[in-house]
Amino acid sequence: MQHFKVKLFATAQDAPVHEAIAVFHRWIQESALDETLIDVADYLHVPQGPGIILVAHEGIYSLDTENGRLGLTYTRRTALDGTDEERLRQAVEAVRRVAELLESSPEFHGKLAFDRGQWEVAVNDRLLAPNTPETFEKLQPALAGVFPGKQFAHTGERRQLLRVAVS
Amino acid sequence: MKASNPQWRDVLASRIAPHLAAEIDRFDNEAALKKQGKLEDKVFAETRLRRGAYGQRYDNGQRYDGKVARTLTYPSANTKGPHTLWDAPGMQRIKIPYGGLNAEQMEVLAELAEEYSDGIAHVTTRQDFQLHFIHIEDTPTIMRRLAAVGITTREACGNTVRNVTGCPIAGVCRTESFDVTPYAHALTHFLLGHPDCQDFGRKFKISFSGCRDEACALAHMHDLGALAVIKEVNGQPKRGFEVLVGGGLGTVPQQAKLLTEFLPEEELLPTAQAICRVFARLGEKKNRNTARLKFVIQKIGIEEFRRLVAEERTVLAQDERWTAFLANVDGAAEQAAKPSALLQITGAHDIGFERWRSTNVYAQRQAGYVTVTVSLPLGDITANQLRKLADIARSYVRETVRTTVEQNMVLRWVSEADLPALYAELASVGLSEAGAGTVVDVVACPGTDTCKLGISSSRGLAGELRSRLGAKQWELDEAIRGLHIKVSGCFNSCGQHHVADLGFYGVSRNKNGYTVPHFQVVLGGQWERNAGSYGLAIGAVPSKRVPDTVERIAERYLSERTPGESFHAYIGRIGKAKAKLMIEDLMTVPPHDVDPSFYVDWADAREYTTGDIGVGECAGEVVSPIEFQLTACEREVFEAQLALEANEIARASTLAYEAMMHAAAALLSWRVLPLGDGPDGIAANFKTQFIDTELFWDPFAGGKFGQYYLAAHERHMAWKAGGAGPDQDATRRLIEESQLVIEAAHSCYAKLASQKAA
Repeated sequence: MQHFKVKLFATAQDAPVHEAIAVFHRWIQESALDETLIDVADYLHVPQGPGIILVAHEGIYSLDTENGRLGLTYTRRTALDGTDEERLRQAVEAVRRVAELLESSPEFHGKLAFDRGQWEVAVNDRLLAPNTPETFEKLQPALAGVFPGKQFAHTGERRQLLRVAVS
Repeated sequence: MKASNPQWRDVLASRIAPHLAAEIDRFDNEAALKKQGKLEDKVFAETRLRRGAYGQRYDNGQRYDGKVARTLTYPSANTKGPHTLWDAPGMQRIKIPYGGLNAEQMEVLAELAEEYSDGIAHVTTRQDFQLHFIHIEDTPTIMRRLAAVGITTREACGNTVRNVTGCPIAGVCRTESFDVTPYAHALTHFLLGHPDCQDFGRKFKISFSGCRDEACALAHMHDLGALAVIKEVNGQPKRGFEVLVGGGLGTVPQQAKLLTEFLPEEELLPTAQAICRVFARLGEKKNRNTARLKFVIQKIGIEEFRRLVAEERTVLAQDERWTAFLANVDGAAEQAAKPSALLQITGAHDIGFERWRSTNVYAQRQAGYVTVTVSLPLGDITANQLRKLADIARSYVRETVRTTVEQNMVLRWVSEADLPALYAELASVGLSEAGAGTVVDVVACPGTDTCKLGISSSRGLAGELRSRLGAKQWELDEAIRGLHIKVSGCFNSCGQHHVADLGFYGVSRNKNGYTVPHFQVVLGGQWERNAGSYGLAIGAVPSKRVPDTVERIAERYLSERTPGESFHAYIGRIGKAKAKLMIEDLMTVPPHDVDPSFYVDWADAREYTTGDIGVGECAGEVVSPIEFQLTACEREVFEAQLALEANEIARASTLAYEAMMHAAAALLSWRVLPLGDGPDGIAANFKTQFIDTELFWDPFAGGKFGQYYLAAHERHMAWKAGGAGPDQDATRRLIEESQLVIEAAHSCYAKLASQKAA
């Protein structure tokens, strides 16, 4: 499987998300991430939308309210070598690293924090990973490898991407 | 790019019409050729533009980060157009003729937004959808997935007939002459890919309106605007159109001129064809700034244009498509999903519902039915919202959905009694915002967010205005609430600022040693009466002062207007000088050390620059038909190579031979020489006209390449007559020769074209 989409949920819903515009632009100036950072886009006007996004060649980071919950999402765009577990781990590590950077960004004044126990994993490719119980089953080893000791639940309706709640 | 791209072609093979599949395969092959460096930048740029694959800001690999201009380092140094990097994100425009969509199409758009873009599908001011941050290598798959549900991106950009727009309430409108939908549909499909529309110097826009007095489809700002008219002929009502031509916005806005007051319905398609032929023949091809139809009419006058169109009409070969669609015009009407029923309000009064109903619901002429406008902030909708809307379209109406030029979507044929339930369902995904078509429903083009030409942040400003006006919209006077605000990121007018009450377009000013984002203020344009008149530009204000400018102008209008005076009439009455005085104090910029926020645009954090403005692809490159034909020949050779690799010898040989023949035919056609009868005729005429005359001549190889073609022709004909077929080695050789013949055809064309120009 390719193109993992991983979301880490925020502990509170009232964080000053708009501050991410300045933070993401600063990261581009500072080359703060190892990816080719391209631009920032503001979708705060869209309810339950992508919020503020940082577009990289390799993937997109968003501080979003998709499905009504604030969180940090990484969506892998380019394909990666390796096993499913390695690809999933790359996305999870990208989220962990950016979450730490966001939490420590002075622009948020400590008002943005993430709950490391609340994750959501999706696969952003309907052909490689159709949203079926079989695909969920196939994903189990990678999930267990990256999130040892966690519970996994197949969520979302049939037309959505394959989504797994990790808790 | 997506790992699944190679598999989609096979998965969707049975779901795409063969001719559409072939078109997309050709594009896919051209992209592969470009990646191998075998196509010219300008040719591939126009090729992808004609399929809606557009460039996006920073795709030259340079971006100002607020401190320095930074090079964006992409994995590939390859390009997909002049100064346009292969890996840089681009935009995919998706044509939605007259905005008509069904539920399945919405679901696929949702999937594409999610899988290839940033999760947002964006509705444009021409009823299209756009997806941003797309990789060029994903575009063939996107096109296939769209084609599988009946959507094409063909001719969405480039020098082509663009999306045909139409009134979103056509067929249910209370004031229309008749439903223009089937006419818009027929003309869309008639002109799509039509040979007479392939040699324009610039784009060509068409709209259909059902009535004259409403905004409808903004006929006056189109190259061809058709207004439905019913006229009594021999005592019988007869359908037809008032036809307007040569309108347009852009840097030089021009109101369309009347071509004819009444064009009978059966003359619509041939007359449009004749107009396109005149435009292709007389339109400017070198200077794209003067290449729209309006400049042709400006130059020769409407009388002469009318005469030329009439003359062209008489020489057109009869085409049964001109009238075939008329047999089904009345049968094409939509049906409701549910019986009509009046709204029954029970229980507590819901102020949110009432406000939404007052602005977003339109009573159809069919009793008991309403059209519901779903307000999309800045035209944006998420994948989840699109899926929910698809569900609603199935549950409440018979999938009768349209996009609008105000960047919203409408659900038609809603039974009035269903409104509370429908409202609740929309609210569950954040789609129940009130204020459609009012002052808070601000329209904006992409501007500096993604457009290469953007000067100021139109979306950032629009978002700010929506937010500020939205907070107090129900306290505003009715006269203010009814105003229209439209914002463009530059003078090219994609936000249609000329036809707004309050229009703004992005400019920059140098102040205090810095470049400062500004917006030119354009007042009093008329949205109604089909974009009846354009506004007055009165001066530029800093971006950060635009919200105050709106407030100031609105207050003055409210206090100074005469009873019943529209904003358009008010601005006309007070004039440009007085209007400018009204905001003169807002044109100032504080020094940088006093308020640095003026030097940063809306929704941005970087110090402002105009250094990121790139070269627009809006007009594309003017690529002559012969260049496209020779590109198609190269693609045939490429396909021949693929066939050879797959051990399909006969197919490979045929493709390689036909590529040579098509190159010869392209040169003959370009010189307006007869092709003759079939392959033999082409070979004979090419020999006489190009080989014997030594026009097809290489300074080093002499006439060798021409002989390759003639020899290949003889062998091919002998094979087809029952002789021995080609083997693998001979086919490999033939493919190499074919490539050389095409290269020689390019050289021949370049040489003759330069002689012609001299």
